[in-house]
Amino acid sequence: MKLKKLVSGIALTLSASMMTTTALAEDTIKVGVLHSLSGTMAISETTLKDTMLMLIEEQNKKGGLLGKQLEAVVVDPASNWPLFAEKARELIEKEKVDAIFGSWTSVSRKSVLPVIEELDSVFFYPVQYEGEESSKNVFYTGAAPNQQAVPAVDYLMNELGVERWVLAGTDYVYPRTTNKILEAYLKAKGVADEDIMINYTPFGHSDWQSIVADVKKFGAAGKKTAVVSTINGDANVPFYKELGNQGISSEDIPVVAFSVGEEELSGIDTKPLVGHLAAWNYFMSVDAEANDEFIEAWHKYIGNEDRVTNDPMEAHYIGFNMWVEAVKKAGTTDAPAVQDAIIGVAVPNLTGGLATMAPNHHITKPVLIGEIQDDGQFEVVWKTNGTVLGDAWSDFLPGSKDLISDWRAPLACGNYNVKTAKCSGQNF
Amino acid sequence: MATVMATTLCRYPAWVLITLLALVSGMLSTAAHADSSFDQSMKLLAEKSFKKKAEAVQLLATSNHEKSLEMLQAMSRGDLYYHKKTKAIVYAEKVDGGYQIKDALTGEDLGKVGKRKVKKVAINNKLRSKLTQAMASKQLGADSAEVRLQALESMLSDISADSLPILQGRQKLEEDKDVAEVLAVAVALAQLEDKDEAVRVKALKALDGSLYPAVRIKVTKLVEKDSSKVVQKAAAKVVKTIESRVDLFGNLETLFFGISLGSVLILAAIGLAITFGVMGVINMAHGELIMIGAYTTYVVQLLMPNSIEYSLLVAVPAAFVVSGLVGIAIERGVIRHLYGRSLETLLATFGISLILQQAVRTIFSPLNRSVETPQWMSGTWEINSIFSLTLNRLYIIAFCLLVFFVLHMILKRTRLGLQVRAVSQNRQMARAMGVRSEWVDAMTFGLGSGIAGVAGVALSQLTNVGPNLGQAYIIDSFMVVVFGGVGNLWGTVVAGFSLGIANKVMEPWAGAVLAKILVLVFIILFIQKRPRGLFPQKGRAAEG
Repeated sequence: MKLKKLVSGIALTLSASMMTTTALAEDTIKVGVLHSLSGTMAISETTLKDTMLMLIEEQNKKGGLLGKQLEAVVVDPASNWPLFAEKARELIEKEKVDAIFGSWTSVSRKSVLPVIEELDSVFFYPVQYEGEESSKNVFYTGAAPNQQAVPAVDYLMNELGVERWVLAGTDYVYPRTTNKILEAYLKAKGVADEDIMINYTPFGHSDWQSIVADVKKFGAAGKKTAVVSTINGDANVPFYKELGNQGISSEDIPVVAFSVGEEELSGIDTKPLVGHLAAWNYFMSVDAEANDEFIEAWHKYIGNEDRVTNDPMEAHYIGFNMWVEAVKKAGTTDAPAVQDAIIGVAVPNLTGGLATMAPNHHITKPVLIGEIQDDGQFEVVWKTNGTVLGDAWSDFLPGSKDLISDWRAPLACGNYNVKTAKCSGQNF
Repeated sequence: MATVMATTLCRYPAWVLITLLALVSGMLSTAAHADSSFDQSMKLLAEKSFKKKAEAVQLLATSNHEKSLEMLQAMSRGDLYYHKKTKAIVYAEKVDGGYQIKDALTGEDLGKVGKRKVKKVAINNKLRSKLTQAMASKQLGADSAEVRLQALESMLSDISADSLPILQGRQKLEEDKDVAEVLAVAVALAQLEDKDEAVRVKALKALDGSLYPAVRIKVTKLVEKDSSKVVQKAAAKVVKTIESRVDLFGNLETLFFGISLGSVLILAAIGLAITFGVMGVINMAHGELIMIGAYTTYVVQLLMPNSIEYSLLVAVPAAFVVSGLVGIAIERGVIRHLYGRSLETLLATFGISLILQQAVRTIFSPLNRSVETPQWMSGTWEINSIFSLTLNRLYIIAFCLLVFFVLHMILKRTRLGLQVRAVSQNRQMARAMGVRSEWVDAMTFGLGSGIAGVAGVALSQLTNVGPNLGQAYIIDSFMVVVFGGVGNLWGTVVAGFSLGIANKVMEPWAGAVLAKILVLVFIILFIQKRPRGLFPQKGRAAEG
């Protein structure tokens, strides 16, 4: 008798608690935030989680979306790539989120992709990447190679007269693909084989002595030499320190980096680095009203005037606002409707221009080249006229030259071969 | 207007008037000196376009105005700003909510302005090298021999026949031996473009054995392009001697890199050589003890921001104490309950390492912290123009040897060392002789952990100070200790240096990734053959 009472009691409370969660779910629109808060990538991704929370809070202050409040659901995939897939599934199936913002490394995105496609959700990826991908469910708000790497090489070649190239990267998919594209591009521009040196190092490489000495030797051949660096994360600090130690200044051999931003520089003494370059689509130092407002809001939210802003934060800013506009346009948060509505949506970026979502799920961005200053900020020394649209499939790789992506009906294909007029369906 | 001014002036005492007059006359005198190209350049500096600024630098380089060198120097330091409205070139100093500005030419104080009112005269790389050249040409006649030397060296890559008269003029005046040497090289370089074959051959003779990259580039070009066969032959000979010298120094450099990597490995491993080697505890949290040492350095620098130069001297004992105490806490709290159960120790200490990492993330944020390098540790010891040793690496090699020596002395010459060795050789017997083995365990573990903390201070100068610092070194540390022979400090040192050198010798042709793999494979094979490492412990303890 007692047992029965107990069981029914438990059942009652259970059903009651379930009802409250469903009731809550109806009141709010849930947004998933899938960034590592522990493990190796926490260094970069924690900031992006905070950015998302700030953006959601601001949107709620403006009255939410479709008359409802937004609710952030934060999970921690702990820099563990398979866990990204599990957490994405948890977010969509269990938490019923309407969109996910997240990932940093390409391998984590590739791990999430099958889940997002299977459950047909919406995913925003905010970091520059190697391209060669266009999924129906993913929106790439970071730069593709033609929005970062290729213009940077153009700048070095045309403005600084560089003739000899060191392509140095961390040993994984993004640097390898980017360097493949760059190598093909340089050769197309008439650079000889012996004027290109390619070097890969493991993650977190800390002893750069002999590589920097090699670069120094390679650069002593009388032609202007530059290093194009796709070195990722932590390994950059000892790399730049070694450059400074061995007396390689930016005048001798400039280094242009694609993974070094304000956040990475905030961990080092930048005096020996002054004059080295980075290519991004946003710098904290950009003189624009939208940027000033964003920085002010960020400082207020995080409660620390010393915190910097960086490019992937801008990408989330753009991506989130695009999603908000698309939801308003569609009048619903249903994924298929949002996927259709978001194409063509244009929102302001932080550098005083507009970002537009193209049919290939990439966005238009200005390309900026900045030089490192002694205060850890960048001084813009060059920028593109207007914006550049991200190219999902590179024009410089033999396998993807003829491919285009267009998610609008009737084509609705992420991998359409214009020569054979076939859609392979292989989107990543 | 004039009357108003006169009446206001009347209100002030005479000395103000005199200073004002002096100021005005001073301004007038500079104005008299000014030439039009200088004024023109000042206008161009306030332009946004880098091309216009390059013109300005060109004008300044040729201008004889007394302030032209000062302007170039200030510009290359990034001290020059311009007023957005008046386009005046000013020095600006950051103060609360804006800038305190000062006219760059007259030094006149222009008061405080808002943050957005002035803008830095931005320079890019192209401008920066133009500036270096412009300053060099002006500094050839500087008073300090060091400045002259630097100016000459930065000019070498840019020398042509046009520079010859100036260089030869300087040669007559030069008294300093080092500068004269470089001057001779510069003159010879310029003479390589001479029309007379004999002069070119003579210049080549003077350049024989010179290691300046500019010399090598120019002579290599001559080998192919010179019209005369004689000169070509002479150039080929010079290139050959230069290249053999470059190779020699290249090998020396590799050796130095190897020793330096080895010293880092030894520093990271030597604490482990005690906890793992002597006590037999598999301490997976060893890397985190190193990390704690590095963070201690950071905190010490935070506490003494005005004396960064001495911060490391304070940080070394501080890190030893902090890491040592954490080590003792780990030993007393966890490890002592698990003696003799190595698998459980491994898992427990791995858990501790995760806890320590996350604790650091919570306290210091997951971002890397910036540890400054004191002035005396940065820079290089330049032996010649292609071979220089970085000072911080040299200091770390010396520090590593010092740590080893001190540790060796502690183990061999102190009472604690005696007890540690006694307990590690035969615990029962040592206890029977009245050694408090538990206390010795705690002290030994504390010593090993403290040394790990000291290693962290050294590593903070080379790599990131972040929560993941320790993980990068834990595998390497175990590798060194196992390779060297468990329980033997000498083994650790020999193993560290040989692994470091092997790694660096292989790196140029195998690549960093493959070199690491090869070293690992080698160690696995080696351990198969000699399971007790390079220097196995002998005697009864070895059987235990």
